Amino acid sequence: MWVYEKKLQYPVKVSKCNPMLAKFLIEQYGGADGELAAALRYLNQRYTIPDKVVGLLTDIGTEEFAHLEMIATMIYKLTKDATPEQLKEAGIGEHYVNHDRALFYTDAAGNPFTATYIQAKGDPIADLYEDIAAEEKARATYQWIIDQSDDPDINDSLKFLREREIIHSQRFREAVEILKEDRDRKKIF
Amino acid sequence: MAKFTLRKQYRPYVSPFDPCPSIRVKTYVTPPNLYVGFQPEKLPQFNAKQALFAGTLWKVFYDPYYGSEEKEKGGGQ
Repeated sequence: MWVYEKKLQYPVKVSKCNPMLAKFLIEQYGGADGELAAALRYLNQRYTIPDKVVGLLTDIGTEEFAHLEMIATMIYKLTKDATPEQLKEAGIGEHYVNHDRALFYTDAAGNPFTATYIQAKGDPIADLYEDIAAEEKARATYQWIIDQSDDPDINDSLKFLREREIIHSQRFREAVEILKEDRDRKKIF
Repeated sequence: MAKFTLRKQYRPYVSPFDPCPSIRVKTYVTPPNLYVGFQPEKLPQFNAKQALFAGTLWKVFYDPYYGSEEKEKGGGQ
């Protein structure tokens, strides 16, 4: 079970009315390397991974939901007061026709979320390498969104999220080292 | 030896017939987690407040990224 804290992991402030940014941010909401995919991937893999690293997958999977919430807040703030005309100009007219201003799990091109974005091979090393790759891809996606964004406040939050991807990748790499059971042996040299 | 940086560069092939102005130097990121291995004990830490803003407690993993627009305004390394 989870305990919910009714606040964001890091503050989200939006300083410019720029619905176009929402179109890019939705990649991290319902895209292949987005926060939803990450949360579901880790919280599903943890059942069939050695005990030593179950807790890591639980912790990181949980944190991904906190990131999902931050992305949702950004998208909501960027679109809630935009007129249908502005949404059309921002390239999310199709989204508006289908969902109004409701959030939906799609990628930036409008493809709906699919479970095929996540993998569970059951082989601990294969799964952890997938997780490392996912973190690096999410880090890169944040870089490209920051490159496209002209909103300093959103960029501040995105930088926080990008830094967390670096830490998650680090911890997954350490999980591989733990499973190799090679750490103590190395110290002899 | 050149100063160590987490931002690497390479020079791609440039054609005399490139339709857009050629980008002569391409860059990519190699984040700090690639270099640390299993985290050693007693690494330097940020204080609690700095850590909350940085997104990490550990200085060695702090690697802020600046967008192209921010770099033009003087941000970045």
